[in-house]
Amino acid sequence: MVNEKTIEDVAVKLLQLAVTELPKDVKAALQRAYREEESDAGKTQLKAILDNVDLAEKTRTPMCQDTGIIIFYVKAGAQVENLGKIENALYRATIRATKEVPLRPNAVNPFTQKNSGDNTGRFLPFINWEVTSGDSVELTVFPKGGGSENVCALGMLRPGDGVKGLKKFVVDTLIKSGAKPCPPNILGVAVGGGADIVMKLAKKALLKPLDTPNPDPELAKLESELYEAANMTGIGPMGLGGTFTVLGVNVDYASRHPASYPVAVAFQCWAARRASARIHEDGKVEYLTHEAV
Amino acid sequence: MTVYKLRTPISEEDARKLKVNDTIYITGTIFTARDEAHHRALEFHKEGKEIPLDLQGLAVFHCGPIVKKKDDKWIIVAAGPTTSTRMDLFEDEFIRNFNVRVVIGKGGMGRKTTDAMKKYGAVYGAFTGGAAVLAAKAVKNVKSVEWHDLGMPEAMWVLNVEDFGPLTVAIDTYGNNLFEDIRKSVEETRQKIYEKLSV
Repeated sequence: MVNEKTIEDVAVKLLQLAVTELPKDVKAALQRAYREEESDAGKTQLKAILDNVDLAEKTRTPMCQDTGIIIFYVKAGAQVENLGKIENALYRATIRATKEVPLRPNAVNPFTQKNSGDNTGRFLPFINWEVTSGDSVELTVFPKGGGSENVCALGMLRPGDGVKGLKKFVVDTLIKSGAKPCPPNILGVAVGGGADIVMKLAKKALLKPLDTPNPDPELAKLESELYEAANMTGIGPMGLGGTFTVLGVNVDYASRHPASYPVAVAFQCWAARRASARIHEDGKVEYLTHEAV
Repeated sequence: MTVYKLRTPISEEDARKLKVNDTIYITGTIFTARDEAHHRALEFHKEGKEIPLDLQGLAVFHCGPIVKKKDDKWIIVAAGPTTSTRMDLFEDEFIRNFNVRVVIGKGGMGRKTTDAMKKYGAVYGAFTGGAAVLAAKAVKNVKSVEWHDLGMPEAMWVLNVEDFGPLTVAIDTYGNNLFEDIRKSVEETRQKIYEKLSV
């Protein structure tokens, strides 16, 4: 039986880890960008980013004041008892983490403009459920900042536009976004499904580590093509010009309706915050992205 | 490119010395204001109501910080800049009415703000987006919080800072706009990228 309190405690811990310490692959990508950046302005920005990341990790302080809206991905083993209690546990963890880490309260009612003050509200924290076999729960936290969210784009292209249309849409979306999403960015690109499915896949693609090659060779090729194209733009770190506009591009897809060709581009700022853990039936907790401290 | 250390209140003359690509560090008083605080300050001004603080010569920081209270004192935990273009709606009037000399944020601002900066003598200082801990480190203490009813991110936090920066001057009083220049050069690469991708 997976204990409700364990879920809550692990979720608080994951939120703290995510907002104070970048996963190793992201840190390595930023360090590489700093070494290889050709523009002075870009290098200055990357230096400030790396200094900030170090300072955040050492002092266990959120690396960015925008700690995002709180999104969870839960892979729940079908044999786990107490599945019905997870939602409440995550709700309580969000309130606790807001106070303890602390996180910035970011849940605002869109009609009254009232901020709830504790990051909870209608549909927040948002939970993406996936039921798997087995008896463990895999929990991922994905605090998602607003700056990069505001430039995400959905294109309902025509099937005749095809992959060429997809590539053009990605380039156009990136150029339009400019400095806004705090580059260097990670791009999540998805095609197919429907309007909702494609955006879900693009968002989820942002969680894929940068040092893991795409197992599908066609997608891997498209990813590297888009990566090179993105870094040809010259937008550069923080939009002040330079080589590194993106750190990586992750592509996913779903089968599509014969009449539709939905394309989605999701943006992640350099502060690519994510953290995961697996909670076993016997209460053992395995941290997957960070060393728990 | 020159490095300047400025102390508030900053004079119009000092603001007019700055050019794009210069680096500045600010010591003295800065205050945070996002959409809601800009909106309210302008409403107050229109109605002839007094705002809580004289903003003349200060720097406005586009930022919604994380703040905590310890032993009855506010402490800034994280305070990186937010996207400035949202404040393009208000900033020209804000500069005109309140005589702020530096606008700090990320991502740059548009034509209307650039024109106001030229006319009234103010610059835009770009701070690295998300570098919230670096920013917080330069904050010595919180002088006051005004309009706290707007919520933590939207309230006006008045901060005593030391060597707050580095800020890259990205809009100066000569009508230069660094972000606009980059945007133009990015636009020129668009066709090349299309060709490379054969789209």
